[in-house]
Amino acid sequence: MPAHYDGGVRPAAVTARGWGWRHAGRSRPAVNALDLDIRPGERVLLLGPSGAGKSTLLHALAGVLGDGTSGNSAAGDGGLADSDDADETGSLLIAGEPPRARRGRAGLMQQDPETQVVLSRLGDDVAFGAENLSVPRDEIWTRVHEALDDVGLAHLPLDHATSALSGGQKQRLALAGILAMRPGLILLDEPTANLDPAGVLEVRDAVGRCLDKTGATLVVVEHRVAVWKDLVDRIVVLQPGSGTQPAVLIDGTPDQVLEQAREMLIAAGVWVPGYVPAARQRTLAGTSAEVTGQLLLAAEGLAVSRERPRRRGFRSVPPVPVQRDITAQVRAGEALTITGPNGAGKSTFALTLAGLIPPVDGKVSATVELSRGAGIDPYKWRAEQLIARIGTVFQEPEHQFVTGRVLDELQFGPRHMGHGEERVDELLERLRLTGLVDANPYTLSGGEKRRLSVATVLAAHPQVLILDEPTFGQDANTWAELASFLSELLDAGTAVVSVTHDQEFTHVLGGTEFRLAPRGLGQPGTAQPGTAQPGTGGHALGAPEQAPT
Amino acid sequence: MRDALSLSGNQALLTRANPLAKFAAVFLITLVLALSIDWMSASVALACELLLFPLAGLTFTLLWQRGWPLIVAAAVGGWSTSILSPDSGKVLLDVGIWSMSEGSLQLGLGFLLRGLAIALPAVLLMSCTDPTDLADSLAQKGRLPHRFVLGTLAAMRLVGLMAEEWQTIGMARRARGVGSRGNPWQRLRATLGQSFGLLVQAIRRATRLAVTMEARGFGGATRTWARESTYSRLDIWVLLGGAVIAAGAVVAAVWAGTWNMVWLEGS
Amino acid sequence: MTTATIKKTGYNWRVADIVVAALIAVAGGVIFWAWSQGANLISAPVNAVYPPLSGLYAGGWMIPAVLGMLIVRKPGAALFCEAVAATGELIMGSQYGTTVLISGILQGLGAELVFAAFMYKKFNLPASLLAGAGAGLFCGLNDSFAPWGWNIAYAAGDKLAYIVFCAISGAVIAGVLSWIATRGLARTGVLSSFASRKAATEPVFS
Repeated sequence: MPAHYDGGVRPAAVTARGWGWRHAGRSRPAVNALDLDIRPGERVLLLGPSGAGKSTLLHALAGVLGDGTSGNSAAGDGGLADSDDADETGSLLIAGEPPRARRGRAGLMQQDPETQVVLSRLGDDVAFGAENLSVPRDEIWTRVHEALDDVGLAHLPLDHATSALSGGQKQRLALAGILAMRPGLILLDEPTANLDPAGVLEVRDAVGRCLDKTGATLVVVEHRVAVWKDLVDRIVVLQPGSGTQPAVLIDGTPDQVLEQAREMLIAAGVWVPGYVPAARQRTLAGTSAEVTGQLLLAAEGLAVSRERPRRRGFRSVPPVPVQRDITAQVRAGEALTITGPNGAGKSTFALTLAGLIPPVDGKVSATVELSRGAGIDPYKWRAEQLIARIGTVFQEPEHQFVTGRVLDELQFGPRHMGHGEERVDELLERLRLTGLVDANPYTLSGGEKRRLSVATVLAAHPQVLILDEPTFGQDANTWAELASFLSELLDAGTAVVSVTHDQEFTHVLGGTEFRLAPRGLGQPGTAQPGTAQPGTGGHALGAPEQAPT
Repeated sequence: MRDALSLSGNQALLTRANPLAKFAAVFLITLVLALSIDWMSASVALACELLLFPLAGLTFTLLWQRGWPLIVAAAVGGWSTSILSPDSGKVLLDVGIWSMSEGSLQLGLGFLLRGLAIALPAVLLMSCTDPTDLADSLAQKGRLPHRFVLGTLAAMRLVGLMAEEWQTIGMARRARGVGSRGNPWQRLRATLGQSFGLLVQAIRRATRLAVTMEARGFGGATRTWARESTYSRLDIWVLLGGAVIAAGAVVAAVWAGTWNMVWLEGS
Repeated sequence: MTTATIKKTGYNWRVADIVVAALIAVAGGVIFWAWSQGANLISAPVNAVYPPLSGLYAGGWMIPAVLGMLIVRKPGAALFCEAVAATGELIMGSQYGTTVLISGILQGLGAELVFAAFMYKKFNLPASLLAGAGAGLFCGLNDSFAPWGWNIAYAAGDKLAYIVFCAISGAVIAGVLSWIATRGLARTGVLSSFASRKAATEPVFS
C-alpha cells in the first residue's frame, strides 16, 4: 500500500499503559504492568537485570512480537484462546497507534551483526526496508545514498559484498537500512555487545550523528552504561514485573539514576561507569612454586590459517597464512594473553596452539611434562588425549555442548577418559551450577552457559587452558567470577592462554601479553611479544570502556 | 565457500542476460537431451556448450577445478547403465550380476555423454547468474510470491556462514573429547552430533534474521523494487541460442540414425 | 469450534517460518554435502558393484522435506524445503543439471502428500516414517522412469530394487532422523516461536 510511504521523519512518542506480554508457552509474563511515557525525540537507555523484559519491550515496539495472525487476535478470541498462546494486556502505542499498524515507524537493530544484514549487496541491503514500505524507486536510491553517507559507508560501492564487512561496519549498514525507512523511533537491542572496542565506538558515534540529524526518538538496551551515558538524556531501569510492583523501578536523568541506583545496578551485573568488579588478585607466592614456570608448550616459526589446503583439480594448494613467524612459549602457572586488532589471526593462533588446527608452517610442540607419552604434536593427539592436556573454551559456549543435560555435559569428558568424575561436584559447586544439573544446556542464560563451558573443559583436568574471548558479552558479575576463578587456577599451576580485547581482564591475570600485528597487505605480519603493563588498563573510565562485555 | 555464491567480478556477456531467459534456454536443451540416450545428440550439444563457455566468463581451468566431480559422477552413471541395462548384440562381459553387451555399452557411453551435456549448461548458467538477480527475476518476472523468494535469498546468504560454523563446531567438539577420526561408525555419530549443533545455530540465526526482516517492514502484500528486472534484446538471442542447440542435437542424431527415444527402450 | 482450532494452528506462513524453513533446507544441503565428502570412499565402490544399492543412501537428500515440515508445520513446507534444497544443490554444481529441480519438487511432493493425508495434524513418528518413505518412493520413480532419470535404462528388476531401497532409505534416514532431530531441537528451546515448540513432549505414536 502506498499509504505506507512517508517522506520525512517525525520523532515518535511512546506510551505504555498497564502493558504486559506473555510469550507463547510460558507461564509468567515477560513484561507486566508497564507504565511509561517517552516524549518525541527523547533518548532513553533501558537497564535492568536479565529477565526484566527489556528485549521483549523493544521487539513489541518494533512490531515483531507475535505473528499478527494469532498475537492480538488470540486475546480477542476470549475463552477460545489456548493458555499456551501469547497473551497481551494493556496498551502500547507509538505516536498514538499500535506498533503493528504502521510498519517502518520504528527501526530495530539487534546484537548479532551477521543477522542484521539481509542481502548480499550493500546498496540492496539499505534499500530493503524502503522497498518493503513501497517507497517509489527514485526516492529509494536518494535515501540509500543519504543513509550510507550518514553512517560513513558512502565510500564503498553499492555492489560491495556485505559479507566482506567487519562487525562494526555491518552494524552501521544495519543503521543505514533503518534510516532509509525514515523511522521516528530507533530501537537498539545491545547493538555493540558483539563488537571489539573500535567497533563499539564506530557504531555509537554513527548513532549519535544520525540522531542529531533526524531528531528521532531513541530507546537503547545495553549493559555497558559508559558507552551510551553521554548520548542519552534519560535512563529507565526495569524490573521483572509482578502483580504488586510496577515494571519501572527507577526513571530519571543519567547522573541521577546512576547515583540513586548504583548499588542495585552493580548487584544486577550492569557495567556502571567508574566501577571495576572486584576480582581475586593473584598470590604470587603460590604453593605450587615448583611447577610454576615449567615449559609446557612452544610455538616455533609458526604460520597459521583457518583455511584448509584448497583443491585445484587433483592438486593441493596450501592456504595463505594470516600470521607467520610466531614464536611463543606457554609455561605452567603463567598467563599468556594474545591481543591485537580484528582480523590479525588471534583466535586462529590460539586454536593452532590448542591442537585443533594444523599449522601451515613451523610447529607447535609439547614438552614431555605436557605430552606424557602422547607425542610432540598436539594436533596428532586423539581427542581424549587432547582434553586431558590442553582444554579450549570457545567464544560461543553452545558450540561445545555435546549432550542434553548439564550434569551429562560435565561428566562427558571424564567418562571418555575413564577417570576424574569426582571433580564434577566440586566444579558444579564452584561455578554455581548445582541447581541446574537437570537443565538442557541450550536453555541456560548467557552467563550460565559461559560458566558451564568453562566447567566442562576443566572437568578433564587439562594442564593448559586456552580461552577465546572469555569475557565477551558477559555482565560484570560473571566477569568478576571468571577472572577470580582463572587467577585461582593460575596459582594452582595451570597455564592460561587467553585471546581478548579486554585490558582489565589482562591486568587481573598478569603474565605476558603477546600482541599480534595487523595483517599486512602484501607483506606478512610480524609478532611483537611484549610484557603486560599492570596499571595501564584504562582505569579512567573503568572496565566497561575497554572490556567487551 | 562464500565466494561460490557470488560472481566475483565476472563481467562476461551472459551475466547481463535475464536469469529467467537463461534458465529457459538451459531447460529447453536439458529436456530435449533427456528424450534420447544417444552419443550423437549429446556430443553435438556438449560441443556447442563448450563453445559458449567464454561468453559466460568461464575458462576451462576453472571448469576443471569446479567440475571434475561431475565428470566422475557421469562416468559412474555410464558404468552402471552399461552393466544394468538389458543386453542386446554381442556380449562383451558376463561376470555374475554384471553383464555388458555391445548394445548396453553403447547405451552406457551415450548416457555418460548425455549426463555431461545436461550437467554442464547448469554449471554455465550458475556461473554467470548472481542469486540476487535470479531472485529479482523470479519475483518480478516469474511472479513467484516475493515473501518466499526473498526469504530464501536471505537464508542463502547465511550458507557461507554455516559452512564456517560447521568447521568451528567440529573443532569445538574435538576440544570436548569427541573424536571425528576413527572407524566409520564413530565418524557417523560424530557427524550427526555436529549436524545437530549446526541446526541449533542455523535456527537461532534464521529466527533473528526473520525479526530483522520483519522490523524492516518485510512480510506485507505489496512492495516496490529498487532495481527493475528487465528483458532485453540479448534475452531473445539467449532463447534462440538454446533452441538452435536443442534442434541441432536432434537433427544430427536423426540424421546419423542414433536418435533413440528413452521410453522405447528395451522393447 | 473448528474454525477457532484452524485459526490457532495457523495455516499462514509467517516470515520466521519462511526463513527458518529455507535455512533448514540449505543447511541440510551443507550437512549432506559434508557427509558425502566422507562417505564417498565407501559409497563409490558399492555403487560400482551393484548400483541400485545407491538408493540406500538417497534418504539424506530428503531430510529437508521431512525436517522442514516437522518444524514449521505449515502446508507446503515439505515441497518448499525440498525445492529450496534442490536450488541450493544446483548453485553448488549438480551432476543432474537443472533436472535436480524436478526431482527436488517430486521428492517434496511425496512427503507433502503424506502430511496432507493426515490433514497437517499429525507430526508423530509414523507420519514422519511414511513421509520419508513417500519422498523416497517419488525419488525412486523419478530416477527410474522419468526421461532424465539416471536409472532409466536399467532392467525392470533393478529399477524395482532401486525404488524399494529409496523408500526404505527415505523412511529411515529422512523420517526417523528428522523426527529425532525435531524432538532434540524442541528441548533446546530454539523452536519456542514455532508450532513445533512442544514436539519433545508429544506422544510418539498418536
